[in-house]
Amino acid sequence: MPSKTEYSRLLNRTIEALLPLLAVPVALLIGAVMIYALGVNPLQAYGTLFQGAFGNVSGFTQSLVKATPLLLVGLGVTIAFRGGVINIGGEGQLIVGALAATAFSIGFSDLPRIILLPLTLLIAALSGAIWGGVPGILKARLGVNEILSTVMMNAIALQLSNYLLRGPMIDPAEIERGTQIAQSDLLPQAVWLSRLMPRTLLHSGAILALIMAVLVYIFLWRTTIGYRIRAVGLNPDAARYAGIPVQFYQALSLILGGAFAGLAGGVEVTGVHHRMIEGLSGGYGFSGIVAALFGKLHPLGAIPASVLFGGLLVGADRMQRATQVPSALITVILGLVVLFVVSSEIWARRRARRRETRG
Amino acid sequence: MAELFTLPVLLGIFYSGIRLATPYLYAAIGETFAQRSGVLNLGVDGIMLMGAYTGFYIAMKTENLLLGLLGAAAAGFLMGLLMAVVSVSLQAEQGISGIGLNLFGLGLSTLLFKVTLGGVESIRGFQPIRIPLLGQIPYLGDIFFNHNLLVYGAFLLVPIANFILNKTTFGLKVRAVGQNPQAADTLGVNVTLIRYTTVCLGGILAGIAGASLSLALINLFQENMTSGMGFIAVALVYFGGWRPWGVLGGALLFSFVNALQLWVQVKGINIPSDIAVMMPYILTIIALTFSGRRARQPQALTKPFERGEN
Repeated sequence: MPSKTEYSRLLNRTIEALLPLLAVPVALLIGAVMIYALGVNPLQAYGTLFQGAFGNVSGFTQSLVKATPLLLVGLGVTIAFRGGVINIGGEGQLIVGALAATAFSIGFSDLPRIILLPLTLLIAALSGAIWGGVPGILKARLGVNEILSTVMMNAIALQLSNYLLRGPMIDPAEIERGTQIAQSDLLPQAVWLSRLMPRTLLHSGAILALIMAVLVYIFLWRTTIGYRIRAVGLNPDAARYAGIPVQFYQALSLILGGAFAGLAGGVEVTGVHHRMIEGLSGGYGFSGIVAALFGKLHPLGAIPASVLFGGLLVGADRMQRATQVPSALITVILGLVVLFVVSSEIWARRRARRRETRG
Repeated sequence: MAELFTLPVLLGIFYSGIRLATPYLYAAIGETFAQRSGVLNLGVDGIMLMGAYTGFYIAMKTENLLLGLLGAAAAGFLMGLLMAVVSVSLQAEQGISGIGLNLFGLGLSTLLFKVTLGGVESIRGFQPIRIPLLGQIPYLGDIFFNHNLLVYGAFLLVPIANFILNKTTFGLKVRAVGQNPQAADTLGVNVTLIRYTTVCLGGILAGIAGASLSLALINLFQENMTSGMGFIAVALVYFGGWRPWGVLGGALLFSFVNALQLWVQVKGINIPSDIAVMMPYILTIIALTFSGRRARQPQALTKPFERGEN
């Protein structure tokens, strides 16, 4: 017969585990109030949203297509947060990765697929790593706040993309036609990721992202480097005392975080658009943070979280078309989810402290 | 390059430099209060958007700019209050809750804009007021004393903020709470109340910063019209060493580079405009690099306070 304190401990633990999960339903509930205020039936709006996202094959595959970059960016965010650094630069790293993948694959289009495709994705990851590495090294060497520098790197990447897509990298056909749409030439077919289902956009990048999630899990929990990254994030002072070069691992976690976002960019151009376009990212850099947080900063938790938020993004467009509720509602909900998840951590911390004082 | 250094162009650069500093000043001075009390509010950009929208909508419907400004301040206050609840009372990780607040503000302002306005409309915003006598001084009068109300307000805010932070009991409490909340608490300072006050004040000023865009600088509202200005404002606080005068210096440097960049484009000098737009962001990173080593940061910045800790 468990004692009363054991019951309350169990209850506390249950609350602690469920509370962050409540973030989404509570945020949706607040969203429902807003929908109601707009004079639309919330049940009908959410009905179209979830029907559009998960209710049929075309919607569901589209949700998975959106979930793919979210998962990859989310993995990068997870590594960075685990290392105690906050990477808000996913947006810029993704853009740079996509640009590099485009330029490289077009430049070396005569290479065979078996060499060109892996190299292209590697270059994308590498460029993202460099874009994340600048804030990483600035943080390690000079103590520059990484939140601010990654935001600035986002803005720089965006301008770089605008410049390249209107100038050096513009599709020659756009100049010929005189339409001047800011997009690159088509990527060589050798680097197009194979489609997993006919008549859908679902591509093998989704499988790649899943494999990466498992690899990141193994990396963080089964390797020395991963262990050190987590140690630095958990308690930098203790890690330093244990002889771990804290700054090095902080920079490394930003570099690795950048690599995953860069890879997301490479996968977007090779899997979905087959060319670099303006507005390629559409906020994946930020939604990826939400997916990582909601996945409790666990690589495997990020998988269902990305599918959920990918679905919300897809469903929101359908909802907007059917009920005139602007899809920006989803951005509100994403923001609320973040606020709720970080606020709910107080219970876990309180419990940990009580445990400590009890001895 | 020579055509950049004619008198009218230089006057133009200085004039726009002063004008463009306005939103950054309001937002960064507000953020200075929050950070000096130990709270890093990264949600400034989202608050600015809510202020810009609310100010614009109210001003357009009532045809009263001051009412719009008041509405922007109120919207900023509410957003600040939300941030305070999350980061002070619920002790959430401040870097991440700021991202949440940004997404919330971006989403809500876009939603309201689409529902209530539908498309981009412009209004007649705050007009320049030439200050008597001072405004007659050749050149200087044009650069400094022929601006709209919000520009004057932003520059007046700097000495006022400096006075409040350094010469009043409230300012002393703010600094104490930001340096050593435990000690301040022992001395009877209400840490929670002080932090709520500074974060809400920061919210009000960020709301006004947003209104200075939609009611004075650009005179319209557009989806995500701040495009990251709030983050630059936070960076300016670091750059300015958490002091109002330092923030002023940073804001001016930043906005002059921005003005220069705009004039370079106007004059059609052969630098791609996208590359020119990059300059202020690169400058911000460089500025952060040089201010990174300075150990002026409030000791308790980003650290939530709870009684009985330590």
